[in-house]
Amino acid sequence: MARKVSTRRKLVMSAIAWTLGILIFFPILWTVLTSFKTEAEAVASPPSFLFFHWTTENYAQVQERSDYFLHFMNSVVVSLGSTFLGLLIAIPAAWAMAFSPTKRTKDVLMWMLSTKMMPPVGALIPIYLIFRDGGLLDTRTGLVIVLTLINLPIIVWMLYTYFKEIPGEILEAARMDGASLIKEIIYVLTPMAIPGIASTLLLNIILSWNEAFWTLNLSASKAAPLTAFIASYSSPEGLFYAKLSAASTMAIAPILIMGWFSQKQLVRGLTFGAVK
Amino acid sequence: MTLKTILLGAVSALAFSGLASAETLTIATVNNGDMIRMQKLTDDFKAKNPGIDLEWVTLEENVLRQRVTTDIATKSGQYDIMTIGTYEVPIWAKQGWLLPLDNLGAKYDQADLLPAIKDAVSVDGKLYAAPFYGESAMIMYRKDLFDKAGLKMPENPKWDFIADAARKITDKGTETYGICLRGKAGWGENMAFITALANSFGGRWFDENWKAQFDQPEWKQALSFYVNLMKDAGPPGASSNGFNENLALFQTGKCGMWIDATVAASFVSNPKESKVADKVGYALFPTSGELTNHGNWLWAWNLGVPAGTKKAEAAQKFISWATDKAYSELVASKDGWANVPPGTRTSLYTNAEYQKAAPFAAMTEKAMTAANTAKPTVKPVPYTGGQFVAIPEFQGIGTAVGQQFSAALAGQMTVDQALQGAQQLTSREMAKAGYPKK
Repeated sequence: MARKVSTRRKLVMSAIAWTLGILIFFPILWTVLTSFKTEAEAVASPPSFLFFHWTTENYAQVQERSDYFLHFMNSVVVSLGSTFLGLLIAIPAAWAMAFSPTKRTKDVLMWMLSTKMMPPVGALIPIYLIFRDGGLLDTRTGLVIVLTLINLPIIVWMLYTYFKEIPGEILEAARMDGASLIKEIIYVLTPMAIPGIASTLLLNIILSWNEAFWTLNLSASKAAPLTAFIASYSSPEGLFYAKLSAASTMAIAPILIMGWFSQKQLVRGLTFGAVK
Repeated sequence: MTLKTILLGAVSALAFSGLASAETLTIATVNNGDMIRMQKLTDDFKAKNPGIDLEWVTLEENVLRQRVTTDIATKSGQYDIMTIGTYEVPIWAKQGWLLPLDNLGAKYDQADLLPAIKDAVSVDGKLYAAPFYGESAMIMYRKDLFDKAGLKMPENPKWDFIADAARKITDKGTETYGICLRGKAGWGENMAFITALANSFGGRWFDENWKAQFDQPEWKQALSFYVNLMKDAGPPGASSNGFNENLALFQTGKCGMWIDATVAASFVSNPKESKVADKVGYALFPTSGELTNHGNWLWAWNLGVPAGTKKAEAAQKFISWATDKAYSELVASKDGWANVPPGTRTSLYTNAEYQKAAPFAAMTEKAMTAANTAKPTVKPVPYTGGQFVAIPEFQGIGTAVGQQFSAALAGQMTVDQALQGAQQLTSREMAKAGYPKK
């Protein structure tokens, strides 16, 4: 009897999970489907779900008009670059806050997070001027720097939470065995925090990949990542839905695939310590 | 000896090609069909100007506006040519942000530009941007539905007739709506239409002393007319419809009439995209009662040269190529006359081949000629414009007022409440910005 209930429960739970999953995934699926329609079919009402005239014409047009590979490479360089640079700064910072906290550590953490509370457009003009004078406008270096800075609070916070879970005694033991600070971080702390670091890394790559405000405003042609590629297919006057969908599909495909492959790692990292 | 000569020749050729590709123009532009076509045709320009290379930055209109405004305001000089609207040109020219276009070449035919458009992009008689394509607003209607209802569209209709016709045509059972109009909030969305509508009803944004006028009877009449008409004869959810949504509705046969930018005519009459391509008629933007104001909707996308560029000469060469008559002929020879960018040159509208290829040509020209941006309203105003007010504050104020009117259309507030809100917020923002200015 008890077993029967649990089967039903299982069924209900998986039904709910599937429904939620499909609901969340549906907009992406719709974008992908629209990318294979003609512009006329893309706006047809009622819309057709699967039974329309499939065409790859939009992809051909997008390919012809834009240099996808250039934008793709810019996105890769900018998101990987900013994430690694961010980790390089954040690991020692989070170490310091987790293992030798001071009275002010909590305040510092809050202050760092507070920089995320201001709408980014408020800092646009000053940063734009600094970039102009530093010759950083429309360069990958400039984008790496700015994305590192805006994601740094999140990286530090995430790492801090993971590091807090690691017992300080282990590090003490390493120190007693004569490990220097650098060695302690590299050989003892980092290996133990790998799941946490990995999920921080993955999340930040995704965040940087999708960041659209700064990447659009600080780039023009040479350093423009995939966000600019998408923005070039949107239009308030004229129908570009199918082409826009094709461009979007091409832009999200790499990160989506990366997300699927690293799903386990991401979920484990994000729920790490959640029950303790 | 020969080998040496060949080598020398090759080296100097290389050096020349190195020199030749020295200058690259970065051009910021909006994503629309005409601009994309221009990008494809640039080989012709490069062949004629071997020393100049082109790099394109294509962006969605609102992103582009934000992007080029930041660039030009900080004088960063990332772009050598910017695509800007008739809203920006006078404001930026007065700020000294744009170079006057006085080097377009002897062959460039300025006198051929449509007078209304030329005025809109000139300050003190000097051209500050060259129009690439222009538009006004007009009525696009379904001839078959009008015939069925026993109606005949006059060339110069009044709003009362439009309202009657829209109600007659509406058949909600078959999802046929008499009229589709913009409702989505935004200074370039619903406010473009509603401002033109109010102009035609005798309303104005400000009086001569920059005092907001939403408390005046003309605005109440115009906004009530719009809200009531849309309630009776508009599609459901109209408060979130912009140009594209209405275009989709009209093309799929759901609207009896659509009053919007003239550029829409080339989309709705294109059989590849539109189900109703062979059934569309055109008429002028309506007027109200005894008034003869057609709303004065006028817009053009123009190419301008920011003051910060170091390549002004090459930039003007490109602009001259892209906006002169020869470009129209180039497009016509490659893609046919129907695809020539409309609304900038008189010669296009006297061209018999164009008139044949574009059934909407005559009406577009009439609509554009009827627009007067120097005197957009019935009563006197301290501003120029048309479907917008050409002051820097308008983007913010226009969008905020647009939200009030969109809410009124959605039934979240009454017409009176929306007008009151508009009056309050406009007065407040204008006082903050220091109006009236001397």
